[in-house]
Amino acid sequence: MAADGAGAAAPIVGTTPDQIAEARDRRRHLLLLAPPAILLVFIFVYPVLGLLGQSVYKDGITLRFYQRLFAEPVYLDVLWLTFRTAATVTLLCLVLGYPLAYVLVGLPARLQRLLLIVVVLPFFVSLIVRTYAWMVLLGRLGLVNELLRKLSLIAEPLPLLYSTTGALIGMTYALLPFMVLTAFSVMKGIDGGLVRAAHSLGAGRWQAFRKIFLPLSMPGIAGGMILVFIMSLGFFITPRLMGGPSDLMIAMLIEHEVELTLNWPFASALAAVLLLVTLVGFFAYSRLVRLERMFEGTR
Amino acid sequence: MAAADAVAAGQSSGAAVRIEGLTKQFGRSKAVDDVSLDIDPGSFFTLLGPSGSGKTTTLMMVAGFVHPTAGEIFVGGRPVAGLPPQERQLGMVFQNYAVFPHLTVFQNIAFPLEVRRTPGADIRRRVGEMLELVRLSGYEQRLPRQLSGGEQQRVALARALVFRPRVLLMDEPLAALDKNLRTHMQGELKQIQQRLHVTVVYVTHDQEEALTMSDRLAVMNQGRVVQVGTPGELYEAPASLFAARFLGESSFIAGTVVDAGDGSAARMRTGAGVELSGRAASPLRVGQAVLAGIRPEKFLVDGAPAAGMNHSPGRVTGAVYAGDTTRYTVDIGAGEAVTVKLQNQMRARTRAAGDAMALSWHPAETVLFPAEAAAHGG
Repeated sequence: MAADGAGAAAPIVGTTPDQIAEARDRRRHLLLLAPPAILLVFIFVYPVLGLLGQSVYKDGITLRFYQRLFAEPVYLDVLWLTFRTAATVTLLCLVLGYPLAYVLVGLPARLQRLLLIVVVLPFFVSLIVRTYAWMVLLGRLGLVNELLRKLSLIAEPLPLLYSTTGALIGMTYALLPFMVLTAFSVMKGIDGGLVRAAHSLGAGRWQAFRKIFLPLSMPGIAGGMILVFIMSLGFFITPRLMGGPSDLMIAMLIEHEVELTLNWPFASALAAVLLLVTLVGFFAYSRLVRLERMFEGTR
Repeated sequence: MAAADAVAAGQSSGAAVRIEGLTKQFGRSKAVDDVSLDIDPGSFFTLLGPSGSGKTTTLMMVAGFVHPTAGEIFVGGRPVAGLPPQERQLGMVFQNYAVFPHLTVFQNIAFPLEVRRTPGADIRRRVGEMLELVRLSGYEQRLPRQLSGGEQQRVALARALVFRPRVLLMDEPLAALDKNLRTHMQGELKQIQQRLHVTVVYVTHDQEEALTMSDRLAVMNQGRVVQVGTPGELYEAPASLFAARFLGESSFIAGTVVDAGDGSAARMRTGAGVELSGRAASPLRVGQAVLAGIRPEKFLVDGAPAAGMNHSPGRVTGAVYAGDTTRYTVDIGAGEAVTVKLQNQMRARTRAAGDAMALSWHPAETVLFPAEAAAHGG
């Protein structure tokens, strides 16, 4: 706001003392942003640009790596499989994670804290170690199969490991906390008075949930799903260790090109496609669920 | 208003609410302790008390959100204490409005009808009537975040009334509004209540609101009902020191009983040696320490001494000008002071500190309270 006199005498924008002070404030804020921005340029923007460059440059600018990618069906199949796996894992995480977050929100504070720690605890152990633990549980002679056999529920061991099932179990397990925590944080912000108001207006438990709580928790569902989906797309260790030979994810393909065939440009092209497809998916989804609401909260 | 009449025609009249021995225990403390109330159908009943007095807990038990430890609640003669909130058919307006943020004004008000599976045409008609009643026509498609506090309040009210509940519960509904809007909404609320003949159970800590809006009110303290009556009864004849202190303003003059009277009329002598007559709030005995409570506007100043009136000389020690009135602090001797509120009429002579002020007031406007009650009742 310009001071009365100064505003009338100097109508040019940005010349009143207040406006100058405001601009200075803005510059200070930008200064605060500088360290993370510089860091991001070096460890994120620069490598990504390098990667994109590498994918179109070998003895001169070329698109042959992309041509190969789209010409050979195996690569598109892998891309499709990657998406399908990521979508399945996302749905599994939603089905398991939403009810868990819902129960957590309703618990008394102490129990809630304790169980949240339990949800976060796996992060303190390396994913590789946890994946090996699953392999012990799910193997042909693992705990699960042995138990089912002892109970005479199955005659032959189930193919729980080195199969699509194995990959899905492992990935769902690894990504579930992200779904739970995202959904929980949004649910925690929902005013319990709204559900009570719904009851006072005649809504039963199911109606109050479906018409009030569920829509208000949508940002949590959307946020958790986006997070899990995007992380699944690039998942590597778990499908590699627990999946079957046909469960080839695009990240594994990239690793194969880098480690074994040393075809860096082609690996870059694969990574670029993964990046592009992820971004497109992200924007489409954010349009769909109006992502800004997620950051605005429920009020 | 045509719509309001249509609403009134469709509205069954309010139901009586009876509360019997209602108690809620949290751990060792009793938030509500043996509360019994009879609320007439179609009346505006207020639970008034300081925070922690149990008024909101009482309301929440009527609404069904808090389970009573003991006691029963009857709505229209039907016991409801065992029913969940959604089966009690009571309208409720919450302190923070609790308007659904993701639904439009129309959807908010239609909500109770939709969960009752009312046909769409009926929903549109009744929501329209309600919007007219609370003067929000044209706001149908707005979202709550586009509304002011007062407008959200109206949505909450319309939503609580649209399914024609016979009882409307309100938990400090105006507490968050600024003073002008609050006064305005008080008037509107009262008008709507009278038009629809709905029974209102209203919770507030604002004594002025309680006095102006209620047909009857209950003053609560420490989980118990201290006194029930009309605003006039409670203001003019408080039954306890707590009620006298909490509702309105009083000056208290300490003294001892010289004549216990016939149970209601009694006489006391103040520390300054002045004898006063008054009504006993509870039976007194001679020699008992008492406090005489007098409202600040009851004092007459410098009039000719009239028979049967209480008199005391005094000296002004302070004056606060408040526009329509001036409040004087008057020393009446023996370390006692009273507050005197005088209208600033043209003939009223303004006084300064140090001026003499002879006070007189009617015995019927003097209430004698046992002083020992002050220790735990006040």
